[in-house]
Amino acid sequence: MLDKSKVGHKFMPFDVDVEKGRLKFFAQSIGETNPIYTDEAAARDAGYEGIPALPTFPFSLDMEGPEFLPVIGLLKLDIAKVLHGSQSFNYKGQIYAGDTISVSSSLKDIFDKKGGALEFVVLETSYTNQHGNIVATAEQTLVYRNA
Amino acid sequence: MTDISKGTQLPALELPPISRFTLALYAGASGDHNPIHIDSDFAKKAGMPDVFAHGMLSMAYLGRLLTNWQPQSQLRSFSNKFSAITQLQDVITCSGEVTELFDNEGELCARVAIQAAKADGTLTLVGEAVVAIG
Repeated sequence: MLDKSKVGHKFMPFDVDVEKGRLKFFAQSIGETNPIYTDEAAARDAGYEGIPALPTFPFSLDMEGPEFLPVIGLLKLDIAKVLHGSQSFNYKGQIYAGDTISVSSSLKDIFDKKGGALEFVVLETSYTNQHGNIVATAEQTLVYRNA
Repeated sequence: MTDISKGTQLPALELPPISRFTLALYAGASGDHNPIHIDSDFAKKAGMPDVFAHGMLSMAYLGRLLTNWQPQSQLRSFSNKFSAITQLQDVITCSGEVTELFDNEGELCARVAIQAAKADGTLTLVGEAVVAIG
């Protein structure tokens, strides 16, 4: 069973520079062709301050920390047994190319089902831009297959 | 006035079959290098038939469904459960339907039921978004 005493743990926050090229590559990788996601003039014409990060891009910022998926180390998980169970985002602003986003996560909950065969790890993350505004929050549930 | 009401269908989004190339590209662009999506040997050792798609790739497709329909600046929240694994060669179609119009802190919003499904009808992602339409 996973160590529930870790619930409440706050991971070390870190800053990520959101590069224009990275946003364009992300758009390409998911087949998004709307020019606002690759062309600054098109984005501004559409009323954005710059090229916006796509709705699920904040999750990619999680990957830019000093350690890949730090919850793996914290809970001593075997990555081969981890599945993504659910994901949510709440948007309070917009992330743009050129922003520096501070990513701050904590371990919100651990619970189990099926007599412990499946354990669930809930993480909460907030994304704050260089102006001190929280632009998005996220919650994700990881499913750990003990069986 | 908006012509959006309960029951309004979002234009569906059909994706090309998931290929190893798709997954390699998404791994690089998203920064999600979990080997279970990239390395067949690793995936098989983990008891899977082969590598399979990142859940977040399909969620990004659902995001495309939403931003094709209304500008991203109108998107207020977006969530889903990953209910089935998307395997190589699966053809995913994203669809959505407005289930409710409601006032959200003084702003007219649509609640949209969204899903991603395989060609055989298996639901892979089931979720909900709130989109401002005022």
